Formats: sequence, structure tokens, C-alpha cells
Amino acid sequence: MSTIDPTAPAGAAGSDRSRRRLRSSLRQAAAGRIAVLPLLIFVAVAFGVPAVAMAYGAFTTYAPGQPTSYTGGNLTASLQGGYLNALEGSVKLSATAAAIATVAGLLLAQAVVTSRFEALRHAVLSASGVLANFGGVPLAFAFVATLGNAGVLTTRLHLTGAGWSLYTFWGLVLVYLYFLIPLMVLSVIPSLDGLRRQWREAAQNNGANLVQYWRFVALPVLTPSLLGGFVLLFGSAFAAYATAAAMVGASVPLITLQIADALNGNVSADASNVALAMSLDMVVISVLVMALYLPLQRRSARWLV
Amino acid sequence: MAGVSSTLYDPITTAKHGRTGKRNERSRPRLGRAAILLISGLYFIGPLVGSFVFTVDDPVKGFTLSAYSQIFSVSGLWPALQLSLLLAVATIALVFLLLIPTVIAVRLGTPRLRSVVEFVCMLPLVVPSIALTSGINILLRWGTDNLASTPFWDTLLAIQNSSFPVVLLLAYVVMALPLAFRTLDSGMRALDVRTLLEAAQNNGAGRLRAIVFVVLPNLRGAMLNAGMLTLALVLGEFTVSSILGYTPFAVWIVNGNSAGDGPVTTAVSLVSMVLTWAVLLILSVSGGRRSSAAKPA
Repeated sequence: MSTIDPTAPAGAAGSDRSRRRLRSSLRQAAAGRIAVLPLLIFVAVAFGVPAVAMAYGAFTTYAPGQPTSYTGGNLTASLQGGYLNALEGSVKLSATAAAIATVAGLLLAQAVVTSRFEALRHAVLSASGVLANFGGVPLAFAFVATLGNAGVLTTRLHLTGAGWSLYTFWGLVLVYLYFLIPLMVLSVIPSLDGLRRQWREAAQNNGANLVQYWRFVALPVLTPSLLGGFVLLFGSAFAAYATAAAMVGASVPLITLQIADALNGNVSADASNVALAMSLDMVVISVLVMALYLPLQRRSARWLV
Repeated sequence: MAGVSSTLYDPITTAKHGRTGKRNERSRPRLGRAAILLISGLYFIGPLVGSFVFTVDDPVKGFTLSAYSQIFSVSGLWPALQLSLLLAVATIALVFLLLIPTVIAVRLGTPRLRSVVEFVCMLPLVVPSIALTSGINILLRWGTDNLASTPFWDTLLAIQNSSFPVVLLLAYVVMALPLAFRTLDSGMRALDVRTLLEAAQNNGAGRLRAIVFVVLPNLRGAMLNAGMLTLALVLGEFTVSSILGYTPFAVWIVNGNSAGDGPVTTAVSLVSMVLTWAVLLILSVSGGRRSSAAKPA
């Protein structure tokens, strides 16, 4: 960011005008950098320092009054036994919930997009925008009140006798879908809108039936955005903590719950460095998620004119 | 939690494409569509209805609204809510203070500046809030163990002051950055800032005056949007505050529930949820109306 691109503003008509623009844009570039400086400093302090402390702590031992030493032990421990279980549990839960939400979100979005009622489309889009931002404590409570052990539906329909429990893997999947499906609807609707009617008509004119149209035309076009959506959903479910934590008594091992337990000192005093190592594991997975998501998103934007 | 998942429905981009409906529908797809909509509707409304029934249905007394009347008397709710609101206001203020100069600079500056700022604002997305919390936690512990005899001790205590925990404020601003930046930036992109500024300056306004009185009023919608999203994030935030040992709103709900105030906390959580949704819905609907009104007929 130390060089200024002089070609950008020089395209303006008139040499005198463009020179004046160039000069003012040089001044603006300098002013721009000063205007951005507080943000950069803030992020460096409030985000950079804790992040570095987390990464540093993941590779060191820490005890008050004793010298710290470098170790790979935390990371090894974070990938063993109960901790590994929790990591696998998180990945499995997130992947399952994201996969189901991808299919369900696509179906719902398609139903909305092809509907003749403009109001329905607006209602679903607005509701999705709200619900996708909604996870956490109230969501967990709503499900506990409805389908928990003393929940309204559980007691009235005697679901416990039928083997139902909200505090299991599939129970959590059901809860997570509540914010994942709307997120999928939001991310796939622009691509569905990008499917031109002419493509379907062209396919029909060439003798394709509905299945063939979807198999050979629509899905290939949608694949990047569906994959991108899946990855986004996965990342969102993977990082979720509050929802699972508020469903007290859930027996599903999750990495976020493990980290919180270790930080709260519920496990043992020296587990906190393992918690940092687990956090680092999470960051690595999140970076992978982003590295997959961004190119897919760019790819899916190609069909949207 | 709000990190990656935060995509508020953007009425501008979605309204642009319009509907690609098919006129000659056969009855089979229409039936399937109705089934999908019905099941989705049940799934999304069920928990809301369920928790409402849960709060008003007493196993002994039958129908009662006592859970809702107790909201005003239950202990600890108001301090918790106060803390959350205070943090929300401070977070929104700091987010605006940091981001508004930034989005203006990015709009006027080189593409290179934009990519740097975009990258920085998206960074919090790859560090889940619980990982950020673990970093803050180790820093605070290290500070407690090592700073006792230094001048920094008072600073350390001050940022952890339980009536206004600065450390939470810092974390919340970080967590709000990706979404707030995207919202403000897309609002900014819709403006021809250069022309606005040049016009204001030709009329004799200084640069600062031009920004405050010409650019900012045009950014009102995006600022409202970003502010409300940040408010929703802070009011619902649980991860950082619970692990660092503070009791804002969401933490109070969970603690109260495990202390045996079941129906009351569920009632509070339902009320808070409905209020948050109402705010976000109004925002999304009015945003849609504004953009369609602005479109040439």
C-alpha cells in the first residue's frame, strides 16, 4: 500500500482537468491512509494481540512464576482422546447439518422463486435475513421449551417414550437447521434467479425432460454456489457455541464446548494451553473453509448478470 | 456465531433480478411446492408457538400469564439488560467512529487500499469468537500474574471493570467488523461520493464539513442497518461474556434458567427474540421499499 496507482484517475477527459484530479487524488490517497489508520491500529490491538497470544500459547507451556518453554505437546494433546472426539463431533455435526440445510434450503428457495406470489418471496427473504442472523441462547430455549424433556410437544405427544431426545446428535442438527436453512436460502436465491427461463425452454425444445434439465443444465450452473453455500454453512455451524452451551445437558461432544470447559478450569489447571491449541485447530479449519468459500463464491458470481 | 452467518437479506441485489417464474405450471410441481412451504412454515413457526405455550401453560394452574408479569420483578434482569444496552451503544459508536472514515477513504482511494481494508475487516471471520475469547483469556491471566507491581495494573483492572468491561467492548467491535463493514461499504458504493464532495467543495464547504453534512446524511440507511445488526449481535452475545465471567443479558437468561426460573427466562428470551426480529424485519422491509421507490419506473 506504499505506492499510488497514477493511471486510475488519469482517464478523465481534458489534460488540465485530469492533472487537477490527479493532484487532488494524490492528496486524497494520503488522507485516505490516515483515515484508515485508526481501524488498522484497533484491529492490530483488539484482534491481533489476542490472536497472536492464542497462537503463541498453543505452542508454549504456561505456569505462573515458571519460565515458559516451547512445546508441541498442546497441539498433540488437542488431537488425542476426548479432545479429538470433540473435534470430530463438531466436524460431523456441522457437515451433517450443513448438508441437510443445503438440500432443504435449495428446495425452499426454488419453491419461493417459482412461486407466483411476490409477497411470499418478500416474506421468505425478509424472514431468512432475520433468522440467518439468529442463533444462540433464545434459539436453544425455544427448542428446549418445545422439544426438550419437559417441552410442550414432547409431553403432549409422549415423544420420550418413542425414543426422542433433543440432547442428542440429531436433536442438535434439528436446532442448527433453524439458522442454517435461512442462510442457504439467502445464498442460493441469487443463483436461482440467474437461471434463465430461456435455458429451460431451450432444453425443452431439444427434448429434455425436467430431470434432464436439472441434471445437465441447472445443477451444473448451481454447483459452485451450492458448494459455496455448504462451506459457508459448515463454517457457521462449526463456530457456533452459544446454542449448544445453552442446551444444558447436551451429551454431544463439541470442540467449542471443550474449549469453554478448559478455559473455565472445569477440566484441570493446565488444560488452558490445550484450549489454546484447540482454538488454533479451529482457526486452521476456518481458514480452510474460507479458502474454499471465496473462490467458489467468485465462480458462482459468473452466471449472475 | 454472527461471524460467517451474518448475511442480512440485501434488498438491492435481490430485487434487481426479479422473479423468473414459469407461467404454465403443471399441478405436480405446484403440489410439491405447497408441501415444501407448509413443512418449512411448520418448522420455523413451531418452536415459537411451542415456547409461547410453554410460558403460559402451568401444569397445575392451567393458562397463566404470570411468567410475563414476573419479567418486571425478577431479580438481576435489569442490571443485565442495562449492561448489554450500554455495551451495545458503545460498540455501535466505536464501530461508526472506526468504519465511517474508512469506508469513505476506501470509496475515494485506490483499489489497493480497498483490498487491504477488506482483508483486515474479514480477518475476524477466520477466528471463531470462542478462539478469540481464549486469546483474551490467556492475556488477562498473564496480566494478572505478571503486572501486579507495574503501572499497567490499574489499566488491567480498568478494562475488566464489571460495570463497564472495556475488554468486552473491544471483542464486540472486532466481532461486528465484518458485517458492519460490508453493510456500510455497500451503502457507500451506491453513492457518487466524488461528485457529492466536489459539489459541496465548489459551494465553499471544507472537506470535513462536506463529509459531515453531505455524505453522512446520504449514508443514513446503511448506518441504521449496521447499527441495528450490531445491536442484535451485542444483545444476543453469549460466548465471550460467559467465558470471561460477565453477566449481560444472554448470560443472565441461561443462568436464570439453570437456577430454576424456567418459564420466566423462556418468556424473557421469547420477548427479546420477538423484539429483535421486529427491529430487523422493519429494517429489511423499509430497506426494500426505499430501494424500489428509488428505482426509475
